[in-house]
Formats: sequence, structure tokens, C-alpha cells
Amino acid sequence: MPIEIPKDKWPGSVRTVTLGATSGEGGTRSSTLTVGGETTLPFMQFEASIPNKPVVAIEIKDHKPEDWSPLLAKVWGDAMSNPGDWAVAAEKAGADLIVLALSVNDETGAQTTPEKAVNAVQAVLKACGLPLIVFGPGQVDLDNELLVPISEATKGERIVLGVCEDKNYRTIVATAMANGHLVTARTPMDVNLSKQLNILITDMGMPVDRVLMDPTTGALGYGIEYGYSVMERLRLAALQGDAMTQLPMIVTPGFEAWKTKEAKVGEGVPSSWGDWEERSINWETLTAVSLVQTGADIVVLRHPESVKRVKSAIEQLMMA
Amino acid sequence: MALSGIQIYKMLPKTNCKECGFPTCLAFAMKLAAKQVELSACPYVSEESKVELAESSAPPIRLVSVKAGEFEVKAGNETVMFRHEKTFFNMPGLFLRVKSSMDVGEIKEMVIEADAYKVNYVGMDLIVDGFAVEADAEAKFSEAIKAVRSATKRPLILIGNDSEIKAGMEILSGETPLICSASSDNWESMAEIANKYSTPLVVGAENFDDLADLTEKLKSKGCEDIVLDLGSGHLGGVLARSTQLRRLALKKNIRSLGFPTITYANGTNGQDAVEAAQAIEKYSGFIVLDRFAPELFYPLLVLRQNIYTDPQKPIQVQPGIYEINSPDQDSPVLVTTNFSITYFSVANEIEGSGMPVWLLVTDAEGMSVLTAWAAGKFDSERIAKSVKEFGIADKITKKRLVLPGHVAVLSGEVEEELPGWEIRVGPREAVDIPSFLKQVL
Repeated sequence: MPIEIPKDKWPGSVRTVTLGATSGEGGTRSSTLTVGGETTLPFMQFEASIPNKPVVAIEIKDHKPEDWSPLLAKVWGDAMSNPGDWAVAAEKAGADLIVLALSVNDETGAQTTPEKAVNAVQAVLKACGLPLIVFGPGQVDLDNELLVPISEATKGERIVLGVCEDKNYRTIVATAMANGHLVTARTPMDVNLSKQLNILITDMGMPVDRVLMDPTTGALGYGIEYGYSVMERLRLAALQGDAMTQLPMIVTPGFEAWKTKEAKVGEGVPSSWGDWEERSINWETLTAVSLVQTGADIVVLRHPESVKRVKSAIEQLMMA
Repeated sequence: MALSGIQIYKMLPKTNCKECGFPTCLAFAMKLAAKQVELSACPYVSEESKVELAESSAPPIRLVSVKAGEFEVKAGNETVMFRHEKTFFNMPGLFLRVKSSMDVGEIKEMVIEADAYKVNYVGMDLIVDGFAVEADAEAKFSEAIKAVRSATKRPLILIGNDSEIKAGMEILSGETPLICSASSDNWESMAEIANKYSTPLVVGAENFDDLADLTEKLKSKGCEDIVLDLGSGHLGGVLARSTQLRRLALKKNIRSLGFPTITYANGTNGQDAVEAAQAIEKYSGFIVLDRFAPELFYPLLVLRQNIYTDPQKPIQVQPGIYEINSPDQDSPVLVTTNFSITYFSVANEIEGSGMPVWLLVTDAEGMSVLTAWAAGKFDSERIAKSVKEFGIADKITKKRLVLPGHVAVLSGEVEEELPGWEIRVGPREAVDIPSFLKQVL
């Protein structure tokens, strides 16, 4: 009985965004990274080729974080005390790009100064040739205070600056536009809020091929199904031709997974949770691969073993 | 061709007897057209109409059930490609496979551990659904089945050739295991066994053309309960085949492929977890894993629960006052929403801290703190209303109310709404509650 495989044809496609600039392009990166460009649902290669595979970023901090799981402190070791060393270790662990997430306070407990933040960024750029994303500490005033000088000091590098949110995007977008950088726009798990922020950012004159969107996710067991379905709906809308959903998606499963009790805590938990380290890696890996299935273009992770497993899964998914 | 609701209505008794569970025959007809109910729910439909409606009333993916005693694992009856379109209905069964070449003692040990496994997630106990026994050493197959059966009462999957399965079924008479698997070479003898014991049957073939031919042949022999083998290989290939089968069943109404599927997740170095996760998300009905470890099954069972949650109905807890660690008149009042995951995260942390707390759960329509706040379902008015409604002020002398850190902006408004209360801002994440309780309060 001959069976004809039903194939979807979509009018729309995801935009391509290129991160990083080489010396020939006005930056210092040893390579650039292009994401997006999909013309069909994730990995449906019997319908269309997937021009750019999803990539894995490793999140590092400007100094050793106090509140990260001891498992992460163990695996990264001394590299954590210096962002340049950490970036090199992340590259060795298989990162396609680096996310440098700045802290509110420096290692002495004083508020992070613009000088220190710029130094951290430059240390990473010098030590590691991968494209870079820089997240502010997540406080409106401090974000702007740190990201503007970083943006100016790294003009032309095509760094992604974040995080733009509806209450604070203008300053970040303006400085990114002026200095040839990109931005990432985060909204709390809602299709319409995503579209709205993308409109606000592009209305400022930011070229749409310099914007990534972060629809936010919950970790496995902590609301992943909301992020999962919002991302599926965003990608379907993009393929149906809704322009303001056609940005590549970045999500932070590492951040979400490592704040769950399952990953953070090793003692005083039920024995039915099993081995702490393997459970944590599964928690992060499954959160990430689930979101890759919905159309994530960049997943930001923390543990090198999760990076290995997620990259291996992506390689397999890219096999036709 | 599928019939419309009105066309179906014309063939129903039109008595509005309500015995099908719907208020009118028309409402029932609409549900039939949407393939959300089975015609058998109507006790009075005529035989002629039954035949005519059989095609349009049967769900596009047949419901297949594997049973042993009181345990049952059901797969199929799905109606959508994406969970947000409606919901995914029947969670795939997670089975642990043992092989007959293994030492009997080893088999028993593995099965006993997995059978006893139980993990609590948001108030539910999650378990391993059943076990698969594979005849990789024929002489020891019966022995292996007996060993498994002595260690668990849960449903089984038998994997072997026709003579092996025949021997195995003699041990398991009275049960409905899933038997595995029929191919173009052995389908007739496998069909005989499936018919004799009324068991569902797994079918595998090189491609969809051959697979559809085989299921048609099996149907002609009376085998209706069929499960399709997705085949092995890398994640990309399995994902493509799984998606294609779901589309063929739902969008093209191809009856010969309208069955649930089975997936084997046996990759090494943690890839089995990834394979099983994909199978949960992408349409599998039965998932077979080769090793048992709590740190592997716990995340998979949680993922399955999350993906199969009805998107229209977030799991909620009852709004009200919850007493944790025997609070008294000096204990603080912590506020949160009635979204189950939020509630359980907060309640678990408070419980773990050992500190006595009144936990005030407000009706935020089942949303988490941040989502509810953004949607206007968790504001100062609602918080003040539940403080009054549940009479918490009568239980305490020191009126201290702690808001979740994510809604720190509400503290001023809540102060105005609740004169005489001291309003504090707690941490943003539940995991930081114990240190907050110990250090700040």
C-alpha cells in the first residue's frame, strides 16, 4: 500500500542572525556564528534542509559565584575565579559561544563598577575567540550603567547585549545600535508579549537581523510545559509568516535547571531522586533538549557534561 | 471521508437521553465528529448507523491497552500534533527491559528495585509502568518471565519470535501483555497468538508502505490492537518517522497507520534519557529503557507529567490557609498562589526549614506568581481579600505578611489595603525561603 508522506509547506521563515565579527569584519573573533534561517519545524528535514543547527552556549560569570551548585564549582575548579580562564575552559568543553553573565557585586561584595565589568568582558574577548553574549546583572540601573561602557569599549565585535525587557530596553538597544552590537529581548512566557517587545525594539530603528528573542522557560518540573508550548506557538507563527515572531530563539535552561532543588541540593532530599550529579545533568540536559525540539536556536548551559549530551543530541537530530 | 457533526446527528436516535454523558444528541454528534468520544458511549444507536458511523466514530489513533491484574497502561486516542491545540491524553508507558540471557537473580533484583520505586512530584506518586522481557537466549525465556512475574504485578511486554512468545504466553495466561513483534515473515503465526490470547501486537517493517500492508493483513485476520515499531536509529530519523506517522493518522486519516507506537531508548552515556525524552514529547505510546536508576526515571516521569498536563487546566491547589510545622500566634504568614508547582515548591521549602509558618494560598486561577501578577490575578486586592476571607488575623497576634520577592512592587499597595499589618518582602525563589526564615524573620 503506497503511503505518501504529508509535507508541510510554510509561507514564512526564521531570520538569520550572525553573532560575532572577525578581524576582517571589524571585530576580533576567530569565527562567527549564524543561527536561524529555518523554513520548517525543528529537524523536519524531509521537508526542507535546516540551514543552521541549534548551538550551545556556556554561561560564565565575572567572578566565582557564591550561589551556584557545588557540583558546578567542582567541575569548573579554579577556572571560575577568572573570566578569561573560564571562557577558555568553556571553549574546551565544547561551547559554540560564551555567555558572560555579570554579577551585581564584585568578589569583594561591593557593587560591580563599569571598569570591572569592562575588564571582565575584555578578558574574555582576549582569552577566547568565540562569539560572546553579555548579560547585565538584571537590575535596570546597574544593567545600563555597565552595558553602555562595555558596548563602547567593544565597538564592532557584534556582541549580543542583554537582557532587554519591556521595562528596560531603550538604553541597551541604543548603545547596541551605535556600536554595531546585537541585543536579546526577554519576555515572560507569552507569545504576545514577545511580539510586543520585538516591535518596540525594531521601532527604535534596530535592524531585525540584530535581535534575538528569549521567550523564557521554566525548568523541567517547574513549568517547562509553559515555555515549551509558547516556543512551539512562536515557531509556528513565524513559519506562518508573522514577522515579529521570526527571530531566532535563545533560552537559558542551564540557569533554570540549576536553580531547582533537584540540581542545587544533594543532601536531605528523597532517595528516590537518585544520584545527585547524574540527576542534575539529566535535569539540565532534558530541559535543554526539550526546548531544542520546540525550535530553540541557542541554549545556554552550565555543566560541561550537559553540553556534551545536548550537542550529541543536536548532531543526531541534524542527521536526515 | 470524515462526516460532519450534523451528518452524524442524523444517524443518532435524537432522543437526548443523556446516557452518553452529553446533554443532547447533537452535542454528542459534535464530539464524535471531533473524534473525542467513541460511538459505543451511545447505548441506543441502530446497527445500520453503527456500521455507517464506524469509520467516522473511530478515533484516528486506536486506543491500545496493556493489562495485568489491576494495572493498565493505555496508549493512543490522541487528537493533536501540538499540546497547545488541545492536550495530549494518554501518557506513554515507561517500561524497563530485562533479557533472558541475564542471570535470574540479577533479573529479580532489577525488577524488584524498579517495582518498588515511587517518587513524589507535586503531591502525586509516580511509578515505573511495567517491564519488558526479551528472549535473547531462548532456552531461558520462560525462566526469565517467571522471575519477572514473581517480582512484579505490573503489565509486561514480551519480545521474541513466534515460538518463544507462544511459550511465554502459556505462563501469562489471563493477562494482556504486549507481544513483540510481527514482521512480514512471521505475521500469520504472531496473529494467531495475539488472537488466541487477545493481546495487542507490535508490528515492524522497513518502510511505511510495507507497514501499512502488514497492518491490513493483520486486521483481515482479526487483529485490531496493533502497536507500530518506530525502528531504531538516531534521534533525527526516529523524530521524522514519529511525526510522519502522527500526521498520517490525524491529517490524512490513514487507518492502516492509526496506531500508537513503541520506542526503544537504549543509547549509552546518558543518551537513553534524551531518547526517552524525545519519545515522551514526540508521540510515543510505549517507551522501553534498558537500565533502572532513580536519577534517570525521576526526570523522565516528571517530564511526562509536564508534557501531558492539560494546557487549559493548570494543576491547582485549594486556596486557603495551610499550617506548616505547627504555627502559632507568633508565626509569620507567607503568601503564594494556588498554582500547584508554586505551592509545592514553597511548601516543601518551608517544611524542610522546620520553621512554623502560616502559608496563605490565594486564588490566582492556577497561575504561578510572576504569570499571575502579569495577568492581574495576583495583586494587592486579591491578596488582601484572601487575608480577610480566610480569617488569618484571628489566629495570630503579630501580624506579619511576607510577599514573594517577585512581587516586591506590591508591598506599598498591600500595606494600604491591610492597615495594621507589617508587610515584608521574601525571596524570589522558593529555594531561598529557609535562609530567609532563619535570618530575616
